Amino acid sequence: MSEITANGPALRREVDFRGGGFMAVPQPLYSWIAFAGIIALWQGAISWGWIDPVFLPSPASICLSLWQLVVSGDMWKHVSISLQRIGTGWVVGTTLGLLVGITMGLLSSARAIAMPLVSAIYPIPKIALLPLLILWLGIGEAPKIVTIASGVFFPTIIATLSGVDAVPRNLIRMAQSFNLPMRSIIWKIMMPSALPGILAGFRISVSTALILVVSAEMIGAQYGIGAFLLTAGNLMQSDDLMAGVVMLSILGLSIGAILTALERMLLRWR
Amino acid sequence: MDVIVDVKRHAYDELVVLEDITMHVREGEIVAVIGPSGCGKSTLLGIVGGILKATKGSVYLEGRPAPDCLNPLTFIFQDFALLPWRTVEQNVALPLEHHRLAASERQARVADALQRTGLSDFAKALPKQLSGGMRQRVGIARALVVRPAVLLMDEPLSALDAQTRDLLMEDFLDLLLHERIAGIYVTHNFHEALRLADRVVVLSRRPGRIKEVLSVSIPQRERTQKAAQIQLADLGERLWSLIRDEASVADREVIHE
Repeated sequence: MSEITANGPALRREVDFRGGGFMAVPQPLYSWIAFAGIIALWQGAISWGWIDPVFLPSPASICLSLWQLVVSGDMWKHVSISLQRIGTGWVVGTTLGLLVGITMGLLSSARAIAMPLVSAIYPIPKIALLPLLILWLGIGEAPKIVTIASGVFFPTIIATLSGVDAVPRNLIRMAQSFNLPMRSIIWKIMMPSALPGILAGFRISVSTALILVVSAEMIGAQYGIGAFLLTAGNLMQSDDLMAGVVMLSILGLSIGAILTALERMLLRWR
Repeated sequence: MDVIVDVKRHAYDELVVLEDITMHVREGEIVAVIGPSGCGKSTLLGIVGGILKATKGSVYLEGRPAPDCLNPLTFIFQDFALLPWRTVEQNVALPLEHHRLAASERQARVADALQRTGLSDFAKALPKQLSGGMRQRVGIARALVVRPAVLLMDEPLSALDAQTRDLLMEDFLDLLLHERIAGIYVTHNFHEALRLADRVVVLSRRPGRIKEVLSVSIPQRERTQKAAQIQLADLGERLWSLIRDEASVADREVIHE
């Protein structure tokens, strides 16, 4: 920028840069440093006697506990049973949620009938239904799986419906202009178009399934991560309890990584 | 194959969008439809193509399409309407997938459409990898693959930059003239209308009615010549004088939804 003044030569100054910030820049090193720092501080606080290990066990003792669980085979026993419950409940809830969501997206009448019901039932914490489900279905696996399925069902409906609603109308019009049959429009246009929304819904529903499996197993189960956590808590075995929490975290991260890989594979076109 | 438009009235609730639109587009003829924003140009094209139903009136096809024609009235869209998860050749093949064609014929049609639009080397590319002009070429190839009798073009070049628009328009014109495909070309752009069309239909502002029909008697191949340019400039002036006042009102309109 230059400026001519009445008194003398032009004044020249560089234009200030004002466009910085508001940009997400990946900083993986910061993440690892922060993580290591917190673990070190935590270990130090216990080693130096600042915190009673009964209330908060040290990272080292949690690792030891985890190792013992692995060696004894208990970890696999609990994790596998929880995974079976999550898997069955999630598949059932997701399948039904997809069917209902697509139907609601396609048929105005189905939307009019189901929307008030979905809106009324969705906010209810599904774990509140477990005692009722035990009353109806007995104390076996069924009430736990139904609790998880019902928790997964509603967010899947909402994600699917949003995905179907977000399908660009111009693509539907294009397909109609070539006389594509309804079935082709659903499978070739609507479903791929709604897929990003549906996959985003999967993330929410998987988290819900993880929360519900722990809660359900705490209420009525001998095995599973929830049951293991409850037992450890009742026996004041805080290192086992924290080992169980770490197991849950690893499980959540693993499922998240699988979903990310799935998204990368199915949504390469984005 | 001729298209006969006889739309008496089209309204959205109380809002009358089109009224008394009659026109006859003959085989191989290109008719441009221009008018101020909101005059119902795209709505008219939707009605002609059977995507919208006129409140009162009908559109008729007269004559038989060529035996290899799979979709007599075929659209080319302003925003290309490509499926982003499909490659170029898969997008072009989409309109054939529900027809009982031998695999060899399907492949031949796709290859031919890609070749005619200069896309043969981009068959495996995804739409996101292409420029706007190339994406519209995919839209044109997809329209050609069904061997249409009438192309319905809804501002097909308006999403492109000026240079691409000019280049694509010439290719477009070559295709239309070579194939003897009739076309209804909706546009805001006088230059495009006068470059492509045999007749220009000017619509008035809401409700859209035919205000005037201008014939462009100069053959399309000669319209780039200097002598023709002067006549076309005069026609452009005439078109602008027909819609200037209404375009100004349309520009100041507040949209209530």
